[in-house]
Amino acid sequence: MFQKLGFLQLVTALGIACLPQAATAAEQLAAISGTDISHAELQELKAQYRRPGEIPFPEENPFSEPKAELGKMLFFDPRLSGSNLISCASCHNPSFAWEDSQPTGAGQGMKRLGRHTPTILNLAWGELFFWDGRADSLEEQALGPIQAGVEMAQPLDELIEELQGIPGYHDAFEAAFPGEGISSDGIAMAIATYERTVVSALAPFDHWIDGDETAMSESAKRGFVIYNTKANCVACHSGWNMTDDSFHDIGLESEDIGRAGVIKGIPEYQHTFKTPGLRNIVERAPYMHDGSMSTLRQVVDHYADGFLQRPSLSDDIKPFNLTDDEKNDLVAFLEALSSDDEPVTIPVLPN
Amino acid sequence: MSRGIRLTALSCVVAFIAGATASAGTSHTVVQKDKAFAEKKMEIAAGDAVVFKNDDSVKHNILVKNTDFNSGMQEPGQEASYTFAEAGKFKVRCGIHPKMKMTVLVK
Repeated sequence: MFQKLGFLQLVTALGIACLPQAATAAEQLAAISGTDISHAELQELKAQYRRPGEIPFPEENPFSEPKAELGKMLFFDPRLSGSNLISCASCHNPSFAWEDSQPTGAGQGMKRLGRHTPTILNLAWGELFFWDGRADSLEEQALGPIQAGVEMAQPLDELIEELQGIPGYHDAFEAAFPGEGISSDGIAMAIATYERTVVSALAPFDHWIDGDETAMSESAKRGFVIYNTKANCVACHSGWNMTDDSFHDIGLESEDIGRAGVIKGIPEYQHTFKTPGLRNIVERAPYMHDGSMSTLRQVVDHYADGFLQRPSLSDDIKPFNLTDDEKNDLVAFLEALSSDDEPVTIPVLPN
Repeated sequence: MSRGIRLTALSCVVAFIAGATASAGTSHTVVQKDKAFAEKKMEIAAGDAVVFKNDDSVKHNILVKNTDFNSGMQEPGQEASYTFAEAGKFKVRCGIHPKMKMTVLVK
């Protein structure tokens, strides 16, 4: 099932009339970036980054307005934690592109968690959830942090009892799930539905993809070519949301074994973590699953030649040589992935 | 819970095992290529086996949700078989490339 997104309409841009100008741009990019990329190749590359026009919702949990509204209330409600102090939004803060600006999150008792808080942007297109992919659906994911002792520390049976004592939630659950009452499945489905509506809006990069040559700086355009060629970021950060949703060891010094803790007995999973999307990445610092890098330049330097060589290192991680200017171009491109999103309104919670 | 048979050897071994369990059902083959299963949905009978054949250039790791089946690291050219003993709807996915997924409906 799909939900129409008015602002995400696919545009068949780059019409024939634009070709001569675009060809010149491609040639300029090729000349400047030192890559041998033709006009046709540039168009083919750009086509790989076109945004989808609709949000996908699963058959098991189709979209409804009451469900999304309930999910939003639950997402912002600190009563979902055992302490009644931590909401989902405490870590997934819309001001920081749905992260928390901290190297790693903080949970129950403000105790530091082991991994960086991932964004919830564009998760409707996600496959597996958490850095190690241990949840198979957003519904399954949503209940994880609520129950985790180190995060929100809220047993579900106690949460249901607590919500049952709040008349406003009776009405909201009845509107979302008529006749079903308040249940853990309902909580999960509502939060997941709301999260699927959290989509990054059009960024300068999208306008450029759609044919507006003025939308992105020349530096960012060169960075796009470098991203797809010399630096080969696209090997993992592919598609409109810049992720292959797969798991890779990117050579960070860490005792965290990542996905190997979920799927046991396979050495190739050691230190592998899910490829994060790159939308609104500027607002999502610090970076990496451990939050160990504070700038995008540091990230570029890591992938250039700063990673650890070890047996589990991803085959897609290979050193590359970029000049200082080229690294700046690459960062300029990443900066062009940030959208000017509408402010998020905080819901008035039921009492 | 379904009971699976894990194979990491080549087709002759698969054929042997399939023959040994032939009385339990039919064997169906699904090819893996370009990080995708050739079929997105498959309907089989309880007791049938599905042979996942890696015709890709990269390794895969086949997992069947809600079962204990894990193919292990499946090199290009290798096959892995799982017998779906009970009826139900099963999601099959590559643990490395989660976009590579299919559903097996067992009747």
